[in-house]
Amino acid sequence: MVKFLPLKEAVAENLHDGETVAFEGFTHLIPTAAAHEAIRQGFRDLTLIRMTPDLIYDQMIGMGMARKVVFSYVGNPGVGLLRRARDAIENGFPRAVEVEEHSHAGMANAYEAGAAGLPCAVFRGYRGAGLASVNPNIKSVTCPFTGEVLAAVPAIRPDVTFIHAQKADRKGNVLVEGIIGIQKEAVLAAKRAVVTVEEVVDNFDLHPNLTVLPSWTIAAISIVPGGSHPSYTHGYYERDNAAYLEWDEIAADRDRFQVWIQKNVIESSAEDFAGRVEHLRKAA
Amino acid sequence: MSDVGFTPNEMMTIAASRALKSDDVCFVGIGAPSAACNVARLTHAPDITLIYESGTIGTAPDVLPLSIGDGELCETAVTTVAVPEMFRYWLQGGRISIGFLGAAQLDKFGNINTTVVGDYAHPKTRLPGGGGAPEIATSSRQVYITMAQSKRGMVEKIDFFTSFGHGDGGDHRQRLGIDTAGPTLLITDLAIWKPDPVTKEFTVVSLHPGVTRTQVQETCGWVVKFAEALDETPTPTELELKTLRDLQARTKAAHQGTAKGKAA
Repeated sequence: MVKFLPLKEAVAENLHDGETVAFEGFTHLIPTAAAHEAIRQGFRDLTLIRMTPDLIYDQMIGMGMARKVVFSYVGNPGVGLLRRARDAIENGFPRAVEVEEHSHAGMANAYEAGAAGLPCAVFRGYRGAGLASVNPNIKSVTCPFTGEVLAAVPAIRPDVTFIHAQKADRKGNVLVEGIIGIQKEAVLAAKRAVVTVEEVVDNFDLHPNLTVLPSWTIAAISIVPGGSHPSYTHGYYERDNAAYLEWDEIAADRDRFQVWIQKNVIESSAEDFAGRVEHLRKAA
Repeated sequence: MSDVGFTPNEMMTIAASRALKSDDVCFVGIGAPSAACNVARLTHAPDITLIYESGTIGTAPDVLPLSIGDGELCETAVTTVAVPEMFRYWLQGGRISIGFLGAAQLDKFGNINTTVVGDYAHPKTRLPGGGGAPEIATSSRQVYITMAQSKRGMVEKIDFFTSFGHGDGGDHRQRLGIDTAGPTLLITDLAIWKPDPVTKEFTVVSLHPGVTRTQVQETCGWVVKFAEALDETPTPTELELKTLRDLQARTKAAHQGTAKGKAA
């Protein structure tokens, strides 16, 4: 049964050292507050899965929490590179990190296969692509009906998935709107799911085809207004593009990165996120 | 600003925009492709369907998005679908007429590297990687590429095949069972290139106004082939230039506008 918990407890109950974890959200709804709570609790040896590692995995990799990272785009969207991730991959700093790299199509299919309870995903992909020769998890199968050779990748099955969403109702059903990305698949593919939400409402009162995750698919819900900053929550606040640009400078320097983490993560809490999005809320 | 009244980058974006038509369904890469696609939409191709990999179909942003998933894309889209649906039904399903890509490293057969400089296992520079590009390059009916010329960017041999163009040239795509056309157009800041019908090597078919063959060769890492009948790219019109500059000014203001202390 879903539990409403403070974020600190939701993370402590559902994430453990050495586990495979996905913090998903495709540019939109990135669960930054949950990732920062994981940094404060200091988990080690995680396998981090995310299509676009974004700032949160740059931060977790920079803090030495990752043993392995599974991804399809390790860049700062629209800005450039992820410099902490680069430092780990190129120089093994602060620790060497194993890389499993896919395309977006590969990961999207693999999450969907995880949600569907299949062992692998089959799709038309990686044709002529170099990734197929450096990633042993990219294989091929022959269609038994047409003979077409198709790509196959193993299903993604995280121990736990964290997502951010707009709202939950009082029973713990969760509504996701806007760029819904891979949120639903990532939750249904995981053994456990933790959701941070902007708010809890009495009921959704919306049309029947919206993306709703029923309460029984979720282990814990935490109310964290602003919890996806500097990503955004459609209908609540805009993407903090200036923060993404600034991150490029912060992450370029190992010491400046540590100072930033100390101030903005270690010495902060989930309650601080609401203030970070005040200037990004649209006038109603 | 050069004395011709427009910059090489403006010429590149405008030349790229002209290649797009109102009935195209275009899968848009971020950066230079995004600017070109939106200039096309705001000038001669108002009904073009622009698709970004975040799942936004038929989007019409007022400012250029910084990322492929900015809220503006969703707010102005005809519909927004989940990422698996985007790649399975819309791209793999064969519904994209043009995949528009940028490149960090490009070879003369339109193969693109955005993954690593140096060895994959021990890279000199770890670049962001492919994202949607490996499948955009093979599932879109055609691929257009746009990038500014440099010897570092346009190389004889790329370090990694992030997305497959024409491979070693000739019928390499067909030999791999890929039935889409692949790269059919390359627009740089100096010229327009098309693949040779047989070898598939990119050949300069049009020089931008004021550009010489020497300039094209000096900023390209392979020996450049020029078409016998070499055209000159028409100069940007006032409308094209104004549309592009207004779009860039709105974009700059919007992206800085989220900085703290500034009006949102």
